[in-house]
Amino acid sequence: MSDTAQLLVDDLHVRFRTPQKLVHAVRGVSFTVGREKVGIVGESGSGKSTVGRAILKLTPANGTVSAARMRFQDIDLAAASETAMLKVRGRRISMIMQDPRHALDPVMRVGEQIGEALDGRGLSRAERRERVLGMLEAVHIRAPKRVYDLYPHEVSGGMGQRVMIAMMLAPEPDLLIADEPTSALDVTVRMQVLAILDELVSTRGLGLMFISHDLNLVASFCDRVLIMYAGRIVEECRAAALGEAQHPYTRGLLASLPRIGERRARLEVLKRDPAWLEA
Amino acid sequence: MKTWLTAEITTSAFHARAQRFYYGWLRLRANRLAFAGFCILVGLCVVAILAPLLAPEGSNEQSLALRLRPPSREHWFGTDELGRDIFARIVWGARITIRISCLVAVIAAPIGLAVGTAAGYFGGWVDTVLMRLNDIFLSFPGLILALGFVAALGPGIGNAVIAIALTAWPPIARLARAETLTIRASDYIAAVRIQGAGPLRIILRHIVPMCVPSVVVRITLNMAGIILTAAGLGFLGLGAQPPTPEWGAMLSTGRQNMLGAWWLAAVPGLAILLTSLAFNLFGDGLRDVLDPRSE
Amino acid sequence: MPSWIAGVAKGAASIVVTLLGLLAITFFMGRMLPIDPVISIVGEQADKATYDMVYHRLGLDKTLLTQFLLYMRDMLSGEFGEALFTGNKVSVDLARVFPATIELASFAIAIGIGVGVPLGILAAVYRGTALDHIARFVGLLGYSSPTFWLGLMGLIVFYAALGLVAGPGRIDVAYIDMFEPQTGLLLLDAAMQGEWEVFGNVFRHIVLPGSILGYASMAYISRMTRSFMLEQLGQEYIIAARVKGMSRWRVVRRHALRNILVQLVTVIALAYAFLLEGAVLTETVFAWPGFGRYLTSGLLAGDMNAVLACVLIIGLIFVGLNLLADLLYRLLDPRTR
Repeated sequence: MSDTAQLLVDDLHVRFRTPQKLVHAVRGVSFTVGREKVGIVGESGSGKSTVGRAILKLTPANGTVSAARMRFQDIDLAAASETAMLKVRGRRISMIMQDPRHALDPVMRVGEQIGEALDGRGLSRAERRERVLGMLEAVHIRAPKRVYDLYPHEVSGGMGQRVMIAMMLAPEPDLLIADEPTSALDVTVRMQVLAILDELVSTRGLGLMFISHDLNLVASFCDRVLIMYAGRIVEECRAAALGEAQHPYTRGLLASLPRIGERRARLEVLKRDPAWLEA
Repeated sequence: MKTWLTAEITTSAFHARAQRFYYGWLRLRANRLAFAGFCILVGLCVVAILAPLLAPEGSNEQSLALRLRPPSREHWFGTDELGRDIFARIVWGARITIRISCLVAVIAAPIGLAVGTAAGYFGGWVDTVLMRLNDIFLSFPGLILALGFVAALGPGIGNAVIAIALTAWPPIARLARAETLTIRASDYIAAVRIQGAGPLRIILRHIVPMCVPSVVVRITLNMAGIILTAAGLGFLGLGAQPPTPEWGAMLSTGRQNMLGAWWLAAVPGLAILLTSLAFNLFGDGLRDVLDPRSE
Repeated sequence: MPSWIAGVAKGAASIVVTLLGLLAITFFMGRMLPIDPVISIVGEQADKATYDMVYHRLGLDKTLLTQFLLYMRDMLSGEFGEALFTGNKVSVDLARVFPATIELASFAIAIGIGVGVPLGILAAVYRGTALDHIARFVGLLGYSSPTFWLGLMGLIVFYAALGLVAGPGRIDVAYIDMFEPQTGLLLLDAAMQGEWEVFGNVFRHIVLPGSILGYASMAYISRMTRSFMLEQLGQEYIIAARVKGMSRWRVVRRHALRNILVQLVTVIALAYAFLLEGAVLTETVFAWPGFGRYLTSGLLAGDMNAVLACVLIIGLIFVGLNLLADLLYRLLDPRTR
């Protein structure tokens, strides 16, 4: 755990207007992130990705965000204008998205896309290219010069996600939000990508918000875990102490995980209690 | 009635259908522009039906003493070069416009359905040949092709209808083919086939009925274009012939005197514009109602 | 690469088939004629021998297939026969009237692109706002307007009442001898020869029909731009670009626009083809001595040679533009290269 909270979110709400009804996707979420690895776990639809996007103020136009307090270091995110956010995004807080096949512009060369993250710093063309190649090396891409000129459809999923990591870390942010960074990848390259992510986060001393639906993964990777259910944080605990979690939802999740070497007559199925929606 | 229409559990197939219709209707109502289009179309039909009441003198009563009068209380839209009341001609013209659009739909839809379902059901070379033919027809702009056919068939309202229908079927065929391809693979078609039904029976009794709704929507969407083409042919003197009060033909005859009498050109054109706009608005709304993905 | 070659081969084969189809359709249009073509040449009173001679000369005693092959040979070698209503060869007439239509259509497409693309982008970016609704309505109005009627009203208002623009035709008689047409595109000719007075006159002639045609294509282009743009703006890579700290408009310009460019090319090619259709009516209204008016004059004179040649050529242009769009698509999109 970190001594100073870099990111502080207090009572965050996100609501979406759809033609049919008003969806209250995030209902009063509060947490802090320091220079540490915090995992947010929840099933799909629990609002975990919405939280990540709300912090960057990239909620779709039909959504409204409100929070009692939302600050990052010295910046009041809740009150920040769009112009102010342009300086926050990338340089202070960055985000790795789920699927590189969709999150990279299909008609722009990979190197150029990474370079865009360095715009507005008065770098010359050559300097910029140098920096991009450096980033590609940092994510363990062996032939950075060749990859620089590839189009996204020409790189594999694992390579694409490494490109994404390079792109989002190029502006040297202080906090990285990773939104299901490995769920779209083949199982075989997942650990590889995670290792790279871990290495970069540790060496650069970043804060990391790791959003995932994979409880095991988060428990092994993060320092602290937040469990979300139906737009609320139902449990917060140290990853190492996950076994002592109190909330029935968390207990249910843990119970439904199979373990190698353990014999069970039948695997638990998660039973949901409508009361959790109110808690 | 309302509770029946909004009941959560439907009691019969008819009930379910009525309910779907009702919800579609509500969505259409909510879309103001589409609803406006719908109202204009209903209004047009009412005008056409009530023509003998609205303009009892008919469309061709001439009065040379009253030539080229501007719009006034007696003649709302003014009079033309033969002293005919333009309002009366517009009202009677609505009948012609509706008749043309209905006839085109009635001719083009069966052709499109037949070609499309046959291509989709039989596949193979039948599909290749029919769809090639379809592409060739699509490779002419509609009006040009219609012009060519009218040139060959000779001018007149009937020939214009045939010519337009000949240009209107390809998109319908394409749609029907796509639908057939998905229906063909379904289990109930296999079941019918096992019972020994022949291709003709399967297509007519089991595939065509499934295609009809989307074909109707498609025709509605294309109707604006059909009306514009018909008016264009009338304007070129190749469709309805004078003294028929067809709006395009009225524009064409009104042209000679339009610099002194603007209403001769303005009024029939506005009528065409309003009708085709109504179809476009309604068609747009219909597409939104039927395709829930596009908000 | 082999798949690329296969694609081209397939494309070429489909062009050949389409071409044959175009020829077949126009051929049958010609045969559908209810009038006996021989009588229309020799007249009702001709004796049997003359009749037979013409019958033979027209090749009507041959089988339908032979007739079609002969027709194909003629058409492919640009031999469209003689236009009875002008007394010239159709091919000569077409060469003369074509530039006028190209000039008009190009003027119109410039307006269509220049207004339609920005309008479509704005409507998509400001989706659901008043601007979007207005753009949509203006577009629908353009879709729904009979272009020939807009032309008539334009003449009444801007020419007769306000005198802002010149009337029908391409150029006033007084200016015709002031310069030497070379390309047949009068704006270009006048500008190249520095005849700015002529240029002004030609411009005053083209601006109204060109704008009206342009409005129709603008409606189409802006609508398609909007829907392409909306599709792209909903993509994840747009969010990713925003995460990098790029402003909304920068993302639109650098990413979304680049992505719709390929689709836009196709739409613009199609819009240009539809312009030729609109030109038929607009040229009639504005007495524009182009392709469309030639076609309608031929129609009214019942001159099948001229009509069929026009229909065939417009079909060819249509196919050609589609092909061009397809080719550009392959060139511009890195995924299909």
